[in-house]
Amino acid sequence: MSDPIVVEDIRPLLALIAPWFGLIGIMLAGEKRANLRELITFSAASVQVAVVLSMLPLVLGGSIIEFHIWQIFSYVPMLLRVDGPGLLFALVASILWIATTLYSIGYMRGLHEHAQTRFYSFFALSLSATMGVAFSANLLTIYFFYEMLSVSTFPLVTHMQDKEARTGGRTYLGYLLFTSLCLLLPALSWCYIWLDGGQMTMDFLADTGKIGYFSETTQIVLLFLFTYGFAKAGLMPFHSWLPGAMVAPTPVSALLHAVAVVKVGVFCVYRVYADIYGTEVLSKISGEEWAMILASATILISSLIALSQDNLKRRLAFSTIGQLGYIILGAAIATDRGQGGAVLHIAMHACGKITLFFCAGAIFVATGKKYVSQLRGLGRRMPITMGAFMIGSLSVIGLPPLGGFISKWYLALGALDRDAMWVVAVLLISSLLNVFYLLPVAVTAFFRSEDSEEGEESIKEAPWPCVVPLAFTALGCFALFFWSDALLKLAGVTP
Amino acid sequence: MENAIAWIFIFPLFGSVFVALSRYVNIKLAYPISVLSMAGALWAGVETLKQAMASPNHEISYLLGGWTLDLYPRGVGIEFRADLLASLIALIVLGVGLLVTVYSKIHVEKETPNKEAIYYSLMMLQITGLAGICLTGDAFNLYVLIEVAALTGYGLIAMGSNRAAAATYNYLILGTIGASLYLLGVGYLYIKTGTLNMVGIREVIEANGLAESATMQVAFVLIGVGILIKMAFFPFHAWLPNAYCNAPTTTSCLLAPLVTKVMIYVMIRMVLSVFGVEFSFESTIWVSWMPWLVVIAIVCAAFLALSQREIKRMLAYLIVAEVGYMVGGVWIYNYYGLIGSIFHIISDACMTLCLFLGAGIILHKCKTTHFDGLRGLFSKMPLTMIGFFIGGFSIIGLPPTCGFFSKWYLITGGMVSGRWEYLIVLMFSTMVMVILFFRLIERIHLAVDESGKNLGKGHGDLGLTKEQTRFDEAPLVMLIPLLIAASTVLIIGVYNQEVVNQIETFLQAYDLPTGVVYK
Repeated sequence: MSDPIVVEDIRPLLALIAPWFGLIGIMLAGEKRANLRELITFSAASVQVAVVLSMLPLVLGGSIIEFHIWQIFSYVPMLLRVDGPGLLFALVASILWIATTLYSIGYMRGLHEHAQTRFYSFFALSLSATMGVAFSANLLTIYFFYEMLSVSTFPLVTHMQDKEARTGGRTYLGYLLFTSLCLLLPALSWCYIWLDGGQMTMDFLADTGKIGYFSETTQIVLLFLFTYGFAKAGLMPFHSWLPGAMVAPTPVSALLHAVAVVKVGVFCVYRVYADIYGTEVLSKISGEEWAMILASATILISSLIALSQDNLKRRLAFSTIGQLGYIILGAAIATDRGQGGAVLHIAMHACGKITLFFCAGAIFVATGKKYVSQLRGLGRRMPITMGAFMIGSLSVIGLPPLGGFISKWYLALGALDRDAMWVVAVLLISSLLNVFYLLPVAVTAFFRSEDSEEGEESIKEAPWPCVVPLAFTALGCFALFFWSDALLKLAGVTP
Repeated sequence: MENAIAWIFIFPLFGSVFVALSRYVNIKLAYPISVLSMAGALWAGVETLKQAMASPNHEISYLLGGWTLDLYPRGVGIEFRADLLASLIALIVLGVGLLVTVYSKIHVEKETPNKEAIYYSLMMLQITGLAGICLTGDAFNLYVLIEVAALTGYGLIAMGSNRAAAATYNYLILGTIGASLYLLGVGYLYIKTGTLNMVGIREVIEANGLAESATMQVAFVLIGVGILIKMAFFPFHAWLPNAYCNAPTTTSCLLAPLVTKVMIYVMIRMVLSVFGVEFSFESTIWVSWMPWLVVIAIVCAAFLALSQREIKRMLAYLIVAEVGYMVGGVWIYNYYGLIGSIFHIISDACMTLCLFLGAGIILHKCKTTHFDGLRGLFSKMPLTMIGFFIGGFSIIGLPPTCGFFSKWYLITGGMVSGRWEYLIVLMFSTMVMVILFFRLIERIHLAVDESGKNLGKGHGDLGLTKEQTRFDEAPLVMLIPLLIAASTVLIIGVYNQEVVNQIETFLQAYDLPTGVVYK
């Protein structure tokens, strides 16, 4: 691969600080001027999308964009770099932020939630951190933004401020900070001390494979520390924070715990596998096999757990854990198409899963129902919502013509490239399990008749700000299938 | 200004005299005089650091009263010597001193009415003593200044609540034992080397090969143990929590960030500059077992901190744990550990200051520092809480606060030396800090009370009265120092390289193992 052209540009930083301006505006507007506040969130999100989109042509043209913020250590800069996978992730997160903002308006106002200013402020902060992770150029930079995200999402998880929220918040921070401070930080220090004569930057572009300097045992230990250290990736056994975090309001679960936060975790793991270890080193220590086994186990076990969950959001959370497993699996396959599939799956799963969460929230706003068993006959009362749920489910399952198919296809191709038939089998079995835990929801809603008492079958959808975003993301699942060329190029796979 | 180093002492020393006299004129003058003299001292401190950085051998020496040091061994003249380390720590002492002086206005008027003149006078003397400890180049003079700081400290603490007298007595006994041991050690040094000048002592040790001498070993142990007592290293910590919790608020804000940290500076000074690297690390057995004592110290202090239900007391035990960090950083014996230790002195002073200033404001507003008093405070005092949280995040070690960077170097040091026990205990205490601070955040944000049952019912209902959640921020004279301290925590974090470069320049004069074998 020829060296890409490096362009110095401030735009990555702009994408990062747009939410900060939003944050200031949101706080100034406050609870009393709610419309203005929401308008500011919208503008911040739109600016962010515009900035990210404006970088698309350059990156598609094969160049990368860099911006140097400050020197963390004399030899480690805080460097932002926009490359294909990073841009893809940033694009998904920022576009879905707009959708989520609209959705939040419907959801939060529909439920008369308190402290909405705080909610929108920390939401903006989280998005800034997410952009930071997407655009980080070295491991320490990514670590900084990763920690920022952990802390800035805590007030969102505990938004309800009741007992359940406290438990959820404790689990959330307990897992995330334990892993990042006790597993990740030592691993980081270890690399920074010993590599390159103590002058290591751990750059994702320039320093790929340098970790091969260590003995094989060390490399494997480090691989485990990195994989589990980024616990936002939800790899078992460090996954319990995700179902716990479901106490948050649904917009948070939708954007952060299906898109931004969890994808930050897998994105970090992807960076470690693809850009710190690199294919060669990873296969030399057979680290990829370990990771593949762990990811496969996570996929299967979480799918089985999801089957038994009656709470809709919890079922979706376990489904997310499984889908994150796909991404780690893809990154660990260590072939071009496998890793490309992993990056694609970030986008494809994001679009599908956010639809599902939007629907779950819309159902809650309209009817107050949280459990799968209560959904009988709901399809007739909320046709758009349940229709979108159906589309989202099919996309997550991976059927054409929906986006989820493409990423699974490339994952399978990647597995075939290295003759790992068992991985293909895992993909197939887990897809079947997806069918078992996702389809019954929509099927119950459409084909089972409602319990007699409520009788009347008039249409009663959630408020329109809830319905529009979920219809949008559901259509997005189709769009991702038909216009996947650009995504494929960003993910670095040739069709 | 050529003699900036002398002005560091002149300002607070004469300030304290004027403050003491002000009671005969107008007691209201005490506060402005103190603030002015501290501002002057801080300016002199900045000047000194600049001069030290600019001078070719990175140190400036000032001989008091025109003594000369040309003879061998250097005579008994008093020398002030500001190398990079000394001037950095002195600067922190003066900075903290200024912020606390500004902050003290309301507390002092309320807690020690009609004694402002005495109080501020003691406070100025205290800062003089602490800055002096950093800058002196004479081992006996160091003892005198330690006593100056300690005696004024006793006075400042004893002015507190009813139980302060007993706490002071306890502190007095232990502090005196520590100082006496130190003095005894200095006596041995003088017998053996014939000089009290720090550089002189090391020259004699190196020239005469005194490393194996039993007398020197005894001196080392006496001085070491004496300093450990003074810095409240577990298990010599018993004086600290009571003294800091029962003292007047301002006193604890001043002493908590500085006294223990300055004593760690003394330890580093003794180890590196007086006894020398070779003697301290190679000829004694401290290197092999000090890290294990540190492990015990940190674990015990962490558990003690966990069991507290009062902010100030919890913070006091936290300091004991932090002392363990820094002592460990020295005795894991390598370059990075020492960078970490020295950087941690600076960052710990800033973050402890943040936390104590925050706790003082909580005490002022809520009349209690018990955890239950914190319920739902965020809506009442958002800015104070942000400042407090930044201090807490720094203690945990979240980037980009300065606490992250000092911890980074300490971890690096532990790895380079292969002291895994130290590394593991660092991780352990980090997790304890996470629990400590997020427990506070739960109380502040979720309005949990101590029983854990009285939670909000969700949807904005925290079970608090309107009165308790109404916006009611601290007075500016308290808020601004807190916010300055909090931003210092961030600024030192962001510009950590500037500080670390100075520390590295200082450490390059010493032959410390870096442990890194480059390919």
